[in-house]
Amino acid sequence: MFILKLLTRNAFRHKLRALLTITGIAIAILSFGLLRTVVSAWYAGAHASSGNRLISRNAISLVFSLPVSYKDRIRQVEGVKNVSYANWFGGVYITEKNFFPSFAIEPATYLGMYPEFILSDSQTSDFIRDRKGCVAGRKLAERHGWKVGDSVTLKGTIFPGSWEFNLRGIYQGKKQTTDEGQFFFHWNYLNETLRKNTPRRADQTGIFLIEVKHANLSSQVAQAIDGLFKNSLAETLTETEKAFQLTFISMTEAIVVAIRIVSYVVIVIIMAVAANTMAMTARERFGEYAILKSMGFGWFHIAGMIFGESVLLALLGCALGIGLTFPVAAAFAAQLDQFFPVFLIERSTLWLDLFLSLLVGLVAGLFPAWRAVRIRIADGLRRIG
Amino acid sequence: MSNPLVSIRHLVKSYRRGNQSVPVLEDISLDIAEGEFLVLMGPSGSGKSTLLNLIAGIDTADSGSITIHDVDLSLLSDSALAAWRASHIGFVFQFYNLIPVLTAFENVELPLLLTSMSRHQRREHVETALAVVGLTDRMEHRPSELSGGQQQRVAIARAIVSDPSILVADEPTGDLDRVSAEEILNLLEQLNREFGKTIIMVTHDPRAAKRARRLLHLEKGVLVL
Amino acid sequence: MACEGLAEMRIPLAYSWRNLLTRRLTTFLTAGGMALVVFVFASIMMLSNGLEKTLVETGSDQNVIITRKGADSEMQSGVDRNQALIIETQPELASGQDGAPLVTRELVVPIGLIKRGTSKPSNVIIRGISQQSLLMRPQIRILEGRLPRQGSAEIIVGNSIARRFSGVGRGEQLRFALRDWQVVGIFDAGATGFSSEVWGDCDQIMQAFRRPLYSSLTFRLRDSVDFPSLKERLESEPRLTVEVRRETTYYRDQSEAMATFIRILGISLTGIFSLGAMIGALITMYASVANRVAEIGTLRALGFQRLSILLAFLAEALLLGLAGGISGIVLASFMQFITISTMNWQTFSELAFSFSLTLAIVIQSLVFALAMGLIGGAIPAVQASRLKIVDALRA
Repeated sequence: MFILKLLTRNAFRHKLRALLTITGIAIAILSFGLLRTVVSAWYAGAHASSGNRLISRNAISLVFSLPVSYKDRIRQVEGVKNVSYANWFGGVYITEKNFFPSFAIEPATYLGMYPEFILSDSQTSDFIRDRKGCVAGRKLAERHGWKVGDSVTLKGTIFPGSWEFNLRGIYQGKKQTTDEGQFFFHWNYLNETLRKNTPRRADQTGIFLIEVKHANLSSQVAQAIDGLFKNSLAETLTETEKAFQLTFISMTEAIVVAIRIVSYVVIVIIMAVAANTMAMTARERFGEYAILKSMGFGWFHIAGMIFGESVLLALLGCALGIGLTFPVAAAFAAQLDQFFPVFLIERSTLWLDLFLSLLVGLVAGLFPAWRAVRIRIADGLRRIG
Repeated sequence: MSNPLVSIRHLVKSYRRGNQSVPVLEDISLDIAEGEFLVLMGPSGSGKSTLLNLIAGIDTADSGSITIHDVDLSLLSDSALAAWRASHIGFVFQFYNLIPVLTAFENVELPLLLTSMSRHQRREHVETALAVVGLTDRMEHRPSELSGGQQQRVAIARAIVSDPSILVADEPTGDLDRVSAEEILNLLEQLNREFGKTIIMVTHDPRAAKRARRLLHLEKGVLVL
Repeated sequence: MACEGLAEMRIPLAYSWRNLLTRRLTTFLTAGGMALVVFVFASIMMLSNGLEKTLVETGSDQNVIITRKGADSEMQSGVDRNQALIIETQPELASGQDGAPLVTRELVVPIGLIKRGTSKPSNVIIRGISQQSLLMRPQIRILEGRLPRQGSAEIIVGNSIARRFSGVGRGEQLRFALRDWQVVGIFDAGATGFSSEVWGDCDQIMQAFRRPLYSSLTFRLRDSVDFPSLKERLESEPRLTVEVRRETTYYRDQSEAMATFIRILGISLTGIFSLGAMIGALITMYASVANRVAEIGTLRALGFQRLSILLAFLAEALLLGLAGGISGIVLASFMQFITISTMNWQTFSELAFSFSLTLAIVIQSLVFALAMGLIGGAIPAVQASRLKIVDALRA
């Protein structure tokens, strides 16, 4: 108790300096936490994917489509439970700023394969019945103030023209990590229009979604499907949903790596600030350390006092930083839900926060402690006079 | 006189200043008996503080020996020396050197944290020490709330709380007004007479020197009698 | 007279500088913190600048690119043969030495290629080119090998791609669209987007991918001033549904989303980080004042004005910032050796670009560092100048 009291009083001997240092550490922990959360938001899609789902796309690249007629042949493959298909629509709402993921899907099979999208039975059947029906995620609908029954018009960037839809349902995520920012409508509606305007692009789909009977069968099924279409005009590349999502992330990996590096730079910056505080503090107290030594206190007592003080400051900063991370992340999520539909602070981030602030505290105390331990008592006492 | 408490033989000490070696003590030999009140005087730079530091075990000599209670200090390791200091030496400094963030009570308690005493025992010892210096009513004050004389009395209480046999005092009245200085000297004298503490004091102050039972002069690192 | 002379006396800069030197550890740690912030700031500015530079240099102001109306990039665009013929007969088009108009019909498709050392595919642009394509892009040089022969399944590869992807080195074969394509050359397109592309004969590639439409049409203008009238005429022509842009504008649009993202991310990050560094400067300067109260009293007693004291401490803080700024820029300048390769969202394919340091970035970084020092040092400096002489001397 005595020690803790001494540490606290020492730490706050220069109130302003202590508060500034704590604030600095809190800012660093806050930005580190936010950056980590940005990175995990990047991977949210991959984390939320199911091991039972496979995705087939054109082997050349995603920009190329596959004939929708493949569906029946895929269904015959041993181990396949269900097949659906979807087309990336890439529409914008009113202006380019309102961009969100929009897909033309085969409604009944698709919704069946995504139990994490919760839609009431009546809304589901309304959607399936209406050829021009569409479904939006809760967050997306809130962002644009849509209500069930509203008419929504999207501008196509890949499929030119204005596309009119009737909002038949708003889905909710089953888990916190479910993306509630997507938009779905009937693939048939898209296809009928294409048949009329650009028949060349009709009867095509971007991807097939395949539900396998058991996750163990995934690679076997994927190989079987790709084997079916080998050496055809449109070869397929089939992989698990997770691998598919990770392909996107790996293409922008450079950015993720940069954010990771930068998140550690801020810790180093604050390490310098905390080390500076401790260096100044220890320099001012060399006389006191000499007196303690003259009374018979050993080097570990002196070092303990210095480390104790710097770790105390670091932990207070850490606590404040973590405390701030939650409201700031919530505000962040509200602002950026268009880019990061899932923005959750992971538990591991908090542990890392704690570990890094301990590290900052220890590193900050290292040099001053070394100097204080080495100082000769007679020299230390002379500094006082 | 039987075995002396402190026995100093051929002590030599010099400091480096830049590339030069400046001799501070040259071949000092001296015996101090138990219960003495010894005063070291001399102009500044004469080496009296260095001698005091060497006896107190916070500095090490170049050659020669200091034996206290039949222990040769030069043979002790750093940590053994620290433990030895904790139980044998009490310090009183010119500028009191209290820890500003601790109360008078806590400052006095500090040396006892190195012992295995219980909290209760520590409290008893601290209260006794503070009673000896007459500051029972100021226990909960911080150094900044005390006068110079009071701070020095806290420092003396801190020096005696672990009941060491030797008190070393470096200019204990150097920073005090006349009345306070007298009080501190009375206190030291009382500790010497009633509690049998051996006191070794460095001072410039002739009034302080008068309290000595034995007076030594140092000049340029040599004892002049 | 003497009094006036003293009143105007400035405390020499050496005083501030030496005070920093005496407390080396503290100065080093504070300036080091700022240097890291400046490093991050400069690097991010260099990155977004490098990206823009790459895409802007890809285009030429003399060239005009035609895409389908509403398409963000060539990738989503389609122009058919009839439309191409209409455009090619416009009088504003420049002619080459043989008298034929300088115009090229091109096809752009992304294909998945595997990066060397990984198993993950990244999208790379395949561009089907015509004879004129190279004439219109004088920045392109063949580094190794030769141009593809017309009517053959031969391709040449940009040097950014050749190095980093497997199967596209010279002499290697690449399989896509059911055919094997022979790599017959490597080209260098400088710091442009073309360096991240694979080029082959347009007709061959259209056949292989079974694409009836061109992605874009690019032509050279006879006179740059004709652009506005030509644009208006073509965009209002009922037989065409096209968008007419200068090549420079087109490529600037391509880099916009990514550059804006990098810049916003960078500015908000460095904004927050600089708070940390400013706190460091504040702590240092406060201690610097506190340690020298008696000294300040002496200087004031000697006749130095409050303003001189204020300036001396501000100078100290600015020197601290300057030291941090210079070290940060030196650190960041090493980033120029690094090339970043990532997917450009607009084109959905790989783009390589470097960190590019410009004088403007150097100046911005220095101003940023000095501002950090100034803000950190302002309050302590004011405090120092406000000390009462008697109190200061007594300390």
